[in-house]
Amino acid sequence: MPKYNLTVNNIPYTVEVSSDTPVLWVLRDHLNLLGTKYGCGIGQCGACTIHLDGTPTKSCLLTVSLAEGKSITTIEGLSEDGSHPVQEAWKEIDVPQCGYCQAGQIMTASAFLEKNPNPNREEIREAMHENICRCSSYNRIEVAVAKAAEKLS
Amino acid sequence: MTVKNTKIDRRSFLKVSALTGGGMIIGFNFFTACKPEVELPKEIDISKLNFNDFNGFIKIADNGVVTIFAPNPEIGQGVKTSMPMIIAEELDVAWENVHVLQGGLDTDVFERQVAGGSQSIRHGWDPLRKTGATVRQMLINAAAAKWGVNAIECTVENGVISNKKGDKLGYGEIAAEAAAMEVPKDIKLKETKNYKIIGHDIQNVDIDEIITGKPLFGLDYKREGMLYASVLRPPAFGQKLKDFDDTIARSKEGVVDIFKFNNKIAVLANSTWEAMRAKKALNALWEEDTTLESTEFHDKILSDLLDKGKFKTLRSDGNIKKSFANADQILERTYESPIIPHNCLEPMNFFANVTDEKIELAGPIQTPKGTAEAIAKKLDRDFKDISLEMTRMGGGFGRRLYGDFAIEAAEISNIAKKPVLVVFSREDDMADGIYRPAIKYRISAAIKNNEVVGYHLKEAAMNSNMYGLIPNFFPAGAIENYQVDVVNYKSNITTGAWRAPYTNFLAFAEQSFFDELAEIMGIDRIKLRLDLLQKVKNTDDIRIQYSAKRMENVIKELVKKSNWGKTKKGVYQGFSAYYCHNTHVAEVADVEMESGLPVVKKVTCVIDCGIVVNPLGALNQVEGGVIDGIGHAMYGNLNFKNGVPQSVNFDTYRLIRMKETPVVETYFIENDIAPTGLGEPSLPPAGAALANAIKAATGIRLTKQPFIENKEVFG
Repeated sequence: MPKYNLTVNNIPYTVEVSSDTPVLWVLRDHLNLLGTKYGCGIGQCGACTIHLDGTPTKSCLLTVSLAEGKSITTIEGLSEDGSHPVQEAWKEIDVPQCGYCQAGQIMTASAFLEKNPNPNREEIREAMHENICRCSSYNRIEVAVAKAAEKLS
Repeated sequence: MTVKNTKIDRRSFLKVSALTGGGMIIGFNFFTACKPEVELPKEIDISKLNFNDFNGFIKIADNGVVTIFAPNPEIGQGVKTSMPMIIAEELDVAWENVHVLQGGLDTDVFERQVAGGSQSIRHGWDPLRKTGATVRQMLINAAAAKWGVNAIECTVENGVISNKKGDKLGYGEIAAEAAAMEVPKDIKLKETKNYKIIGHDIQNVDIDEIITGKPLFGLDYKREGMLYASVLRPPAFGQKLKDFDDTIARSKEGVVDIFKFNNKIAVLANSTWEAMRAKKALNALWEEDTTLESTEFHDKILSDLLDKGKFKTLRSDGNIKKSFANADQILERTYESPIIPHNCLEPMNFFANVTDEKIELAGPIQTPKGTAEAIAKKLDRDFKDISLEMTRMGGGFGRRLYGDFAIEAAEISNIAKKPVLVVFSREDDMADGIYRPAIKYRISAAIKNNEVVGYHLKEAAMNSNMYGLIPNFFPAGAIENYQVDVVNYKSNITTGAWRAPYTNFLAFAEQSFFDELAEIMGIDRIKLRLDLLQKVKNTDDIRIQYSAKRMENVIKELVKKSNWGKTKKGVYQGFSAYYCHNTHVAEVADVEMESGLPVVKKVTCVIDCGIVVNPLGALNQVEGGVIDGIGHAMYGNLNFKNGVPQSVNFDTYRLIRMKETPVVETYFIENDIAPTGLGEPSLPPAGAALANAIKAATGIRLTKQPFIENKEVFG
């Protein structure tokens, strides 16, 4: 099997996996980074969202070969101790119900706020539209993104 | 108030002992005093659940830190936070000093470890409080004995006991002695006005782990030497495996083994991806075993049953035939709902390690005990050989009441003699579901002298019918001649409980019907409901458990909070009120027209669930329930063709997303009544509130879900 050099949360890794393996499964099964979640495998739910060179990316559709030489950030690497403003906002608003989608939500929100630190409501709703929350904590997600924006500004 | 602790004795305190490292550990009976009305769907074997005898653990360390083991499975409904809150309140410890751990399946210590029916808090309320209060009293008694004073002279606050002389002892300092105390006969429960934890916002106990991506869920479970199993199941309901060729699949990287079991093929590999990929390379031949059903067939058979089915009568008051024969006017409407999957965002999965000595299980399950029992039976093993670790669940919604995936994991591990994690792909999850059944309701009302004198509800459903006290919900008792008839046909498509079983659609049918009834009678739609409720007040019918007074109160409050009838131009409102899971709810949806389409902007919700244990979590449940109800009424639909589900992933199966969500404004009725369920009750009324608002906005009345398929309204 081919070897791939990946940089995840600023740490270099070498993994030996088939070339078509999605980064999602490399993270989960090979690197033991379990915060990135599997929801649909076809890029429709957003549970597996990571940052690829800062861009929110569905890791279930990103094959390992395409991630070489790029910087991957997962929920585990967003901050050292859960102190990223988006994580703090998520905690203050107590967003999660089951919690399964939240890593993906937080990764989408943090990448979005990086590009647009002062979003209006419609922009927040547009940005978060790709992430499914089956428990429908949508109201709180919306409020938490706005709260995180406040913290960032 | 003082309560007689007659049911709690030394025997029911299964374990009270000093810990070797200091402190005390207490096992206790939570639920000895409960005699609940169980409201769970029939698909669960209720006879196997013991609701009267439910145990848990408190552990007090010598540094005063209190560990409370949350006994019930956590599916996102918040019981891992709220149940320990109730114990901590009566124990009188500061919440900062409480550490909550998920208890495992332990039939010696815990019972009724079930997440279902929105019943955890309702059934736990008295026993959990008594438990906390009993342990508090034991600690006080131990301190009093140490000081040589009367226990009555001692006070306690935040885990510190004081006497009149000013001596103080922390719980940790006296825990070992307390463990040896007699279990007190009389205990005093706090008055609600003195609550410091109950009724206050407490964050989800797993919040830090969730926001930092710590492994909490079943899919995160790992074990040295574990294999990942992907299972190929029949593509259609009604098919069985005839033959298969695994030559190509076996040549795929990472594949360890492939074998047939029951009617399925298991692919075991070193990683999830390798297992899923090899499964796709299997070449299987399926043959028809029983009828391959399609949606058109379901539609027809349910319609035929409504027309000429052999009904079973679940409740009959007065003379329904006569009331219709003498009616001035009759309104009859039929409401239709499709099959829908649960779509927990964490697909079904389970870990099993079956060896000759023991069976280790771990994963997300709403019914750990029943599932372990089923596995013992399946593998012909002693139940005592089984251990089961409950992980946090990435959603339940009823799907995880059924342990089919756990049984599969145990069967596969038993054959492979290896620890395995069975992982459903999303496609497996949606195609191998235990779905909400398709149901049709036909409701007729007889009107005489502009009053509703007859109400006849017929239910035609797949596989089973409404259960428990549902036939006695509103408007039972409010209309003189009233009848509920049900009929079903047995489908080979597996169906079961889906969040608020039956009522999730029944509420839509009924509350849409009353809206239309009011229009036809020319009566204000809220007045019609309130007038009917008057007739239920002071009923002596014990089957009627909804309170007309509480419902009236909820409705009147909603009229104020929703600005009912006084909204700005262009806002169309729809009203709905429903009682289920012992909780009274009323909702108003505000719809506006955008580019010719109705869009739901806001839902105002008033709820009476008694005391709100954790307002922060409770609001989340209500908001989620309302949006879930709207989402599935709008979009939820799983069609079948020759036994094959026509949507198996989120590209073709539509779940509600951010831009489609209304703002939910929630108000709780404040009272001192014992708390009732919240995980489900806000969902059922939402669909009708929306449909009634869409009627107001467009003039078109929706009677069939999902709404989005109505061409007149949505083009």
